[in-house]
Amino acid sequence: MSMDRDLSQDLLEQVNQALNLGNPLRIQGGNSKAMLGNPVAGEIVDTRGHRGIVSYDPTELVLTARAGTPLLEIEAALHEAGQMLPCEPPHLGPNATLGGMVAAGLSGPRRPWAGSVRDYVLGTRLITGHGKLLRFGGEVMKNVAGYDVSRLMAGSFGCLGLLTEVSLKVLPQPRQTLSLRLAMDSHQALAELAEWGQQPLPISAACHDGEALYLRLEGGEGSVLSARQRLGGETLDNRFWSDLREQRLAFFKAPEPLWRLSVPTATGELQLPGRQLIDWGGAQRWLKSSAPAAQIRAQLAEVGGHATGYTAGTDSTAPLAEALLRYHRALKQQLDPQGIFNPGRLFPDL
Amino acid sequence: MNILYDERVDGPLPAIDQQQLLLALRDALPDLEILHRNEDLKPYECDGLSAYRTVPLLVVLPERLEQVQTLLKLCHQRGVPVVARGAGTGLSGGALPLSKGILLVMARFNRILEVNAQGRYARVQPGVRNLAISQAAAPYGMYYAPDPSSQIACSIGGNVAENAGGVHCLKYGLTVHNLLKVEILTIEGERLTLGSDALDSPGFDLLALFTGSEGMLGIVTEVTVKLLPKPQVARVLLASFERVEDAGRAVAEIIAAGIIPGGLEMMDNLAIRAAEDFIHAGYPVEAAAILLCELDGVEADVQDDCERVQAVLEQAGASEVRLACDEAERVRFWAGRKNAFPAVGRISPDYYCMDGTIPRRELPRVLKGIAELSEQHGLRVANVFHAGDGNMHPLILFDANLPGELERAEAIGGKILELCVAVGGSITGEHGVGREKINQMCAQFNSDEITLFHAVKAAFDPQGLLNPGKNIPTLHRCAEFGAMHVHHGQLPFPDLERF
Repeated sequence: MSMDRDLSQDLLEQVNQALNLGNPLRIQGGNSKAMLGNPVAGEIVDTRGHRGIVSYDPTELVLTARAGTPLLEIEAALHEAGQMLPCEPPHLGPNATLGGMVAAGLSGPRRPWAGSVRDYVLGTRLITGHGKLLRFGGEVMKNVAGYDVSRLMAGSFGCLGLLTEVSLKVLPQPRQTLSLRLAMDSHQALAELAEWGQQPLPISAACHDGEALYLRLEGGEGSVLSARQRLGGETLDNRFWSDLREQRLAFFKAPEPLWRLSVPTATGELQLPGRQLIDWGGAQRWLKSSAPAAQIRAQLAEVGGHATGYTAGTDSTAPLAEALLRYHRALKQQLDPQGIFNPGRLFPDL
Repeated sequence: MNILYDERVDGPLPAIDQQQLLLALRDALPDLEILHRNEDLKPYECDGLSAYRTVPLLVVLPERLEQVQTLLKLCHQRGVPVVARGAGTGLSGGALPLSKGILLVMARFNRILEVNAQGRYARVQPGVRNLAISQAAAPYGMYYAPDPSSQIACSIGGNVAENAGGVHCLKYGLTVHNLLKVEILTIEGERLTLGSDALDSPGFDLLALFTGSEGMLGIVTEVTVKLLPKPQVARVLLASFERVEDAGRAVAEIIAAGIIPGGLEMMDNLAIRAAEDFIHAGYPVEAAAILLCELDGVEADVQDDCERVQAVLEQAGASEVRLACDEAERVRFWAGRKNAFPAVGRISPDYYCMDGTIPRRELPRVLKGIAELSEQHGLRVANVFHAGDGNMHPLILFDANLPGELERAEAIGGKILELCVAVGGSITGEHGVGREKINQMCAQFNSDEITLFHAVKAAFDPQGLLNPGKNIPTLHRCAEFGAMHVHHGQLPFPDLERF
């Protein structure tokens, strides 16, 4: 493709310059997930010029692309071959890139059944805090040589290095997809989901908006049909799930700050001020609430979960246990000794 | 090549007086069982890679978390190396002891703490056996997916340390994909919770980093694994091929048809004959290769997929395709594959098992390369292959009693792994680097990458007391080993032209 360019040497040079001057860098792709984490003061490293699918062989189930490649381009290439990114990453903007997808580590509605972004990362190329362009992992499904630096990068928000290339495992699209709407309250929905979760049903997404349970069935024709007959309800446009993933449902339009609550599977209803939307079959709750962060976090801690602020200006990342934070600092110090990569984005002083 | 710890290239270890350390341990931990006499230490001198043995300085067998914590603090203070061990079934020498270090045996932490069907998880101590988790979940119709072939014996703590795989990885993932939470003790005796009961947790993904870190970053003290509902049905197809290339192409065609089998295994003629001789699974002994394809899931889908796969296999040139007609035949088909290693053990006094991974499209080239190496060095090689995920297990047949044969087996093994790297693969898919593949790490990673691995280690264990000498080679060792760096095939690999 004509826009494909390998700018890894330019990116390396920019990092080395920052290292020489001791200047912090703010790594940026499509800037679609800027509301997450803390704002970073630093010279912008724009990855978007460094783009293009480097290799994709559908029969190997592996795609390798440069970090600045638009997610839309990757999804289009996969779609053409009848494949997909199983973790269904949210774009949250028209310009989302592969690098941003991996650095933010956000997964869509299929997450509890198919796995997270990190689960599909096979390898990365990475510019380190020592000014080197290195490669970890690879393009094979199984690889336990050395520490798993590639998966460590997923969700690290660019605080440990600059991703330049990622290899992902991809999967065939399901032969059949069918979405259902079942009228029931959230209490009943959570109870049913806990029950269904123990059975081999082809559920691949489950959401409750306060009035009805929305389910997606994916699999072969036979399993989808028999599950549809068993579960009942009315059919629903499959676009519901991309609207949920991209936060286009009416729920997300309310003016209050948005929180993502991650809780153990089979957690009951959460009593919190504001409105909630259940996602991930119960393991993720979206909350629109003006309640103070401390109050939300205290309640989440009680059930073994945590809350992430999705509105710019909120205290975004849940704090870490003191010992864990100390090792986070030690790791940051080792991999980015001058602290040039996205300082403070995840945690203050890190 | 001797791979036992060599202070000259692996770094000096502190000299520790066994008696003084024993006294200090007894003083601090009066109720801890400590082995110190040579005859008691001897049974612990190796793990599943039994060709390499070192008698440890001391063996400790704690039963309570506090004992491990106190032990680690004491070792940290006194600068004593600690090698952790679970069931000792590892095949790469990851739990190979050090003569100047303590062997910390976690096998007595063998309680299943909780099986939660609604939450779809089990919380267990690290010494619990892999299979015991699935057995405990079975009454709920659930199971723990990763199934390394040692699953009867291997411990979940060791599975975490090695990121163990099995025959169902393509569909169900490795250990790292099936964990929720791991409790860790650092070398300082600090308790850390990695992951959480939820599906994610704030901060860096240390759960992923620690999985497969071979006991070099911390000691696993508790594991919460995901449980899955058992698939309704599983069916197996057995396909015979007259050419290995056709079998390889069939694998690609199955994937291209949008089917992800629960298991997809290949065996070559030598492996087929050995297995058939041993198990009488009904394998076609004349075939150049067989494919075993297991399809699992909901009845209706499996039925459809069986028909699709059968058509694909026939199109790809299979000379015969058989569907196991009942559960007994399915189990028999698998028994041949699952017993391939002991079966090879019957036709050769010793064998050496490799664990390289490759992009599947490179299979014909790599098999040709292996055949050439086999001929050059005069040792037979049987090939067993997790075809779905590109993980090869060439078994090099040799006789350790014949002078020079072990060395030749090691030489072939090393070259096979370098070949895997040269075609874009990895030196280890599921067995780990341990001590066994420490030299080949220098072929897979350049010195800057190895330096970064050491930096990761330093964040958690700056003194290098946890399992020194495993997983990551020193730069000194790489210089000594003199491996030509064949990273990403960018540098020429002299054997490649001939394949």
